Amino acid sequence: MTLIRYQAPELAPWSAADRWSDLRDDLNSFFELPVWSSFARAGQLFSGWSPALDLYQSNDNVIAVVELPGMRKEDIEISLHDGIVTISGERKREGSSNGEKTERTERYTGTFSRSITLPTRVDGKKVSATYRDGILTVTLPKAEEVKPKQIQVR
Amino acid sequence: MNTLTRENRDSGRAHSEQFVAPPASVIEAGDGYTLEVEMPGVTKDGLDISVENNELTIIGRRSLPVVQGTLIHHESRPENFRRTFELDPSIDANKISAGIEQGLATLTLPKAEQVKRRKIPVF
Repeated sequence: MTLIRYQAPELAPWSAADRWSDLRDDLNSFFELPVWSSFARAGQLFSGWSPALDLYQSNDNVIAVVELPGMRKEDIEISLHDGIVTISGERKREGSSNGEKTERTERYTGTFSRSITLPTRVDGKKVSATYRDGILTVTLPKAEEVKPKQIQVR
Repeated sequence: MNTLTRENRDSGRAHSEQFVAPPASVIEAGDGYTLEVEMPGVTKDGLDISVENNELTIIGRRSLPVVQGTLIHHESRPENFRRTFELDPSIDANKISAGIEQGLATLTLPKAEQVKRRKIPVF
């Protein structure tokens, strides 16, 4: 199973977050090419956003539970290809355009992508997902041929 | 100057409950601040916000979905969330309002009337 290692969210006090954003601002002014500044501003240059993911397995399903607080349903994408499920999306920065200024931020904005190699074959047509209270639950029903079967002894 | 908050990492009280500090953002608008705190799995009922001695405490108790099956890979933490902030004197503590949507708690902290810029008409 290849899994991207999860990095715990920054639990450091404000001061650490301040230093981080100072560094980011310095870099934004240093690289004058717009492509660099937008790249750095998205926060992806130093630390990506890697939401916590739990994986469960039952007789009938493989279930992925991902913590994605403050997203819009439309901005989450789930795809299945060759036994690898990919959950990706983008969290857009909101409200920073109309005269508001962010004092301190620890929240990641930008894109994320998590891929999991599934432990067993699933039926791609029956995958379903719900997003509630900032938690995404993806249910991937196992393919019929890999489900455990009870063999009757006669 | 207008620091909403100094974070109070340790306010001296003993807590038997285990908490983790969730990521938060402070956004300043002209007449107040917006505080966003990430609390996945917390509903309106699990959110507990209080102000005491100019200290704002936000607690989020999670109601996590119950999943049938065996856990085969685990990254999430089961603890509830807690963060405290010292309020800037310019904030009107009586007018703080809060909501939570998709695990993101949003608090609106308006500045008190006397610190807002007011235009005095000249006759």
